[in-house]
Amino acid sequence: MKAGANLYVGGGIILLIAVLAIFAPLIAPYDPVTSANLMYAEEPPGAQFWLGTDEQGRDIFSRMVYGARISLFIGLAVQVMNTAIGVSLGLSAGYIGGWWDEMVQGLTNLMLSIPTIVFALALMAILGPGLLSLLIALGMTDWAYSCRISRAQVLTQKSLNYVQSARTMGFGPLHVMFRELLPNIAGPLIVVATMGVGSAIMAEASLSFLGLGVVPPNPSWGGMLSSAREQLMVAPWVAIFPGLALFAAVLGFNLLGDGLRDLLDPHGKGRK
Amino acid sequence: MLNVLLRRLVQAALTVFVVITLVFLLFSVIPGTYASSLQADKRDVSAEVLERIEAELGLNDPLPQRFGRYMAGLVQGDLGTSYATKRPVADMLAGRIWASFRLACGAILFAVCIGLPLGFFAAMRRGTWLDTATMSLAVSGLSIPAFWAGLVLMYLFSLKLHWLPTFGYGSGGLRHLILPAITLGIAPMALLARTTRAAVLETLNADFIRTARSKGMSEQRLVLRHLARNAFVLVLTTIGLQFGSMLGGSVVIEKLFAWPGVGSLLIDSVGLRDLPAVQGAILVIVLFFLLINTLVDLAYLVVDPRIRYR
Repeated sequence: MKAGANLYVGGGIILLIAVLAIFAPLIAPYDPVTSANLMYAEEPPGAQFWLGTDEQGRDIFSRMVYGARISLFIGLAVQVMNTAIGVSLGLSAGYIGGWWDEMVQGLTNLMLSIPTIVFALALMAILGPGLLSLLIALGMTDWAYSCRISRAQVLTQKSLNYVQSARTMGFGPLHVMFRELLPNIAGPLIVVATMGVGSAIMAEASLSFLGLGVVPPNPSWGGMLSSAREQLMVAPWVAIFPGLALFAAVLGFNLLGDGLRDLLDPHGKGRK
Repeated sequence: MLNVLLRRLVQAALTVFVVITLVFLLFSVIPGTYASSLQADKRDVSAEVLERIEAELGLNDPLPQRFGRYMAGLVQGDLGTSYATKRPVADMLAGRIWASFRLACGAILFAVCIGLPLGFFAAMRRGTWLDTATMSLAVSGLSIPAFWAGLVLMYLFSLKLHWLPTFGYGSGGLRHLILPAITLGIAPMALLARTTRAAVLETLNADFIRTARSKGMSEQRLVLRHLARNAFVLVLTTIGLQFGSMLGGSVVIEKLFAWPGVGSLLIDSVGLRDLPAVQGAILVIVLFFLLINTLVDLAYLVVDPRIRYR
């Protein structure tokens, strides 16, 4: 596979989903929540309902379009939080070193020893379902990888001239870390963050699928799948289409991440 | 060797202790947990009764005292009593660990049996349609939401073809295991195919292969023989890398397939806000994960003498 192809295919998929999310009210033919009408329950895909309806008679296409909003919002917001935490910890650990570094590393290892979704589940158990809990539960549990990468990058750059000169010029540690080091190590971090958006979308969908994420009747791709098993025989389209959207979104971010890695790191140094 | 072993064990034990403390703290800071669990039951309990129950359970004691009691219980294998079922959490978990273990083994078996050969043949036929197809499959396999893949498999193989049961544990036979194991195995399979392909390509460029090629020997057999030794390391690496997310994934997959494992207990308990059960299930999952990672690290030492830990 060519490097450029990943970038364009991934970017294209995400662009499409973003357009759906932004223009949802214009694109969706029905209201995603209030259009419930049992007269039209479990209609197969057709001219009136492009992708069919669910057990409450709501248009699946409309719910999918609005679901893109939740997925993208959660994915981006969660990854911003994770990146902020991971990069701040990793940067400072690498730059300051000493006991702080030891502590951050210990914390990172601890985070890595608990599967992210299990940690998020534990937090959801405490916080209760809902959008805010979801943001906290996912946004604070998946930063270990960003932290490790930024720490490792800082260690290789710390002794370079530009860092030394900035220090000689009297800039404080905050300035050196965020204004000098950060721009120079941004490449690999962007790759990690891009793929992280995909996993955050997947994590949200998993939690919503389990009934512990986005509260119904708000449309979420994972939530739309949660009742799909029981209807699999009579209405398989309920299961197929939201899952396809989810698959496409995660694939899009993974491809974009792969493509960005090839672009930003042509020698493949940053490869896992 | 013994030294390394000892250090790894101490490290693992330390992590376990920290995780236990963390989980305990996490679940101790929430106010009115028992009350909310009763409210989730839709039971009307007066404030005095609630206070008496909480006093009986020792929920009003100071934190260090509760932690000491919890640790003392843990050492004796006592994980507390479930709010929902009033049974010891340890008993509830005991019956489920085996089910989860079987599922994980099935998933790894699937990943190895499909992923290794796929990666091998993709690399041997580099640039052909087989290579492209395998690599596309690998990227898709890492992006596909497992629970959705499970739904699709369920639709195809149970509802349409009637080959396999839709969900449940059955009487513990293999037929019920196949679909959930494949579902859970997709992601590690994809990763293994990718890493195997990369490893074979690297081997193909090695000097001894070029020498052999110039002598007219069959490449495939040579690579195969050389790789057989490395294959085990590859499998180990993949398991080490993927086990955490597989454990996480198994929580969702167990729920989807109504598989009576630790994961579905965790989900059900979260729904009921049955905190002792949640706490117990998380502990078991983390312990399991640490155990596997420690075993993988140790196995490296045995398999590959080049790897030495500081």
